[in-house]
Amino acid sequence: MSSESLSLHGRARRRPADAAEPVSSLLRQRRRQAWLLVLPALLVLAAIAGWPLLRTIWFSLTNAQLADLTQSQFVGLDNYIGENGVMRDPAWWSAVANTLEFSVVSVTLETLLGLGVAILLNTPSRVRSLLRAAVLVPWAIPTIVSAKMWSWMLNDQYGVINVILQQLGLIDHPLAFIADPDLAFPTIILVDVWKTTPFMALLMLAALQMVPSDCYEAARIDGVPRWRVFRHITLPLILPGVLVAMVFRALDALRVFDLIYVMTSNSRLTKSMSIYVREQLVDFQQVGFGSASAIVLFLLISMFTLGYMVFSRRRMQGV
Amino acid sequence: MSTIQLSGVQKGFGATSVLSGVDLTIEQGEFCVFIGPSGCGKSTLLRIIAGLEDPSDGDIRIGGVRVNDLEPAKRDVAMVFQSYALYPHMTVKQNLEFGLKHQKLPAAEIDKRVAAAAESLHLTPLLDRKPGALSGGQRQRVAIGRAIVRKPKVFLFDEPLSNLDAALRVKTRVEIAKLHRELNSTSMIYVTHDQVEAMTLADKIVLLRPLAGQEHLVSIAQVGSPLELYHHPANRFVAGFIGSPSMNFIAGKVAALGDGGVVTDVAEHKLNVAVVPGALKAGDAVTLGIRPEHIELGSGSLSGEVVHVEHLGEHAYVYLNTALSNQPLVVKSARHDIELGSRLRFSLPTTSLHLFDRDDVALPRLVGKGRMAAQLMELSAGK
Repeated sequence: MSSESLSLHGRARRRPADAAEPVSSLLRQRRRQAWLLVLPALLVLAAIAGWPLLRTIWFSLTNAQLADLTQSQFVGLDNYIGENGVMRDPAWWSAVANTLEFSVVSVTLETLLGLGVAILLNTPSRVRSLLRAAVLVPWAIPTIVSAKMWSWMLNDQYGVINVILQQLGLIDHPLAFIADPDLAFPTIILVDVWKTTPFMALLMLAALQMVPSDCYEAARIDGVPRWRVFRHITLPLILPGVLVAMVFRALDALRVFDLIYVMTSNSRLTKSMSIYVREQLVDFQQVGFGSASAIVLFLLISMFTLGYMVFSRRRMQGV
Repeated sequence: MSTIQLSGVQKGFGATSVLSGVDLTIEQGEFCVFIGPSGCGKSTLLRIIAGLEDPSDGDIRIGGVRVNDLEPAKRDVAMVFQSYALYPHMTVKQNLEFGLKHQKLPAAEIDKRVAAAAESLHLTPLLDRKPGALSGGQRQRVAIGRAIVRKPKVFLFDEPLSNLDAALRVKTRVEIAKLHRELNSTSMIYVTHDQVEAMTLADKIVLLRPLAGQEHLVSIAQVGSPLELYHHPANRFVAGFIGSPSMNFIAGKVAALGDGGVVTDVAEHKLNVAVVPGALKAGDAVTLGIRPEHIELGSGSLSGEVVHVEHLGEHAYVYLNTALSNQPLVVKSARHDIELGSRLRFSLPTTSLHLFDRDDVALPRLVGKGRMAAQLMELSAGK
């Protein structure tokens, strides 16, 4: 919704002469048409995103309980900044720290690995299309399934990975990858990297294929060394695509839920913001408090998105 | 020395062969144009010379050195691409410098070359712009500049003017000719499908064509100076390709062989053609050819009905329906008062006619200067 109205405003702003002069009937008709065309989308968004959001904001200002939502009292900002408010809960801040750490590490690893895989996939080869499909398999498996699969494989008693590592002589006793407080978080990140690198690789492959091949040929004729071609031609040209992929991934990572829920559902060490919210809302039945934490999560992600939009708009103007 | 020699160069893509045995020598400092119908492998041949494609067979030598296994960069060639292939994220200056930066050149030398190239191509005020902010003609000049700064032995142009509008094309054509005069020891190879570019720029034209009956096989139809191809086409394909509008072709038979050439029989008319008869004998099927600009209107024993007139300002093309063939003859005329439906008399001058045998190979004409005339002297002396 916001992006639609922004662009309409933006157009009017760029032509200040229009405001002073009487708007022609043709222009008025075009504007009306534009609004009519975006209206269905606006209505759908209002129904499926706007209304639930407003309702959550309202709940966050009450002391509602899941058992009976009708019996609730308005408590103002108590759920946020009150004595027991979410902003004063160390468990919330630990969830925030976990989520941020998870996002930064996983997105960084996925970007680097994804770029590597994309470059490999971009070299012409007879099996390329087969590889392209094969590489997507981890991304195509539902997270619940792959998370469960990994938990079994990583299990310290019957997991195949412990068996292999032991037979290779890399470890002398089985590791509790998921239960060990030191290993749980890195394990979750590794599984996420396994699952999401293909997605990043595919987005970056698309960016790589947008680079005109004659730029490479011109560089080849000029004898530019390969690493220089990569550093000065490929990288700058795919950077916009890579940034978009990273932002998409980061937005996803900030909301991470299913992977952690399946693998280490109750561990405080790996709790993400979404896990915290669900716990408050469902396990503790605190709809008011849970809604407040959901709104804080929403605001954090909105700030991130807005920051990206401002950044990319400024960059577009720079070009 | 930077003579380019191709011997037996072949290229196939998978099972289909594209170029079949190309033999060609391009002298140092020569401006050589590859021309031919679209999709006939001109660009492929250029890319083989550049090293962007590998030939399936045959040798490429530059300055006597076999370069088949040399990387493009080691061949000392520079290329101007049809799409210009500028680096979109770099300024004009960075584009010009990029191909030099990795060479071990002093910074002052790079600056000097870039400044000189920018000056001669009128790019100096644009050095800080990015390609996106340039017009087509400016981008084209940057692409040429990027080739100039490298000071290569051989310049390769792949249809460099095809993305420019008509007026700019003429202007840039003149600039390229000027560039060639300035860099007179640098060989240039230029691919185009525009015969005006070929005729005006080339020292040597290489006309490529698909082999009859095997459209995917391409070979050289003729190599020669522009005027050689115009006046002495080696075969009917060259005769029809060079010149616009195209040469008129008329089917006929050999009636008799004489001293002044061949007497042909075309639809009850006896037409004399000034060519060396060679192995022709009476009764052979032949094709006569004459260019629109060589038909003389106004008098003569032949006549035709005007079915269409194209006025181009300084002259007009008149389409005449005649008894000679079922295709109308195209005639170039300076007159502007020719009316549709009127009958005009015309003649086909003996010395302007071309004759092609059953295999579409041209018979040597008894007119012309230089090499062809010398050959004819030899022929007649031997007889």
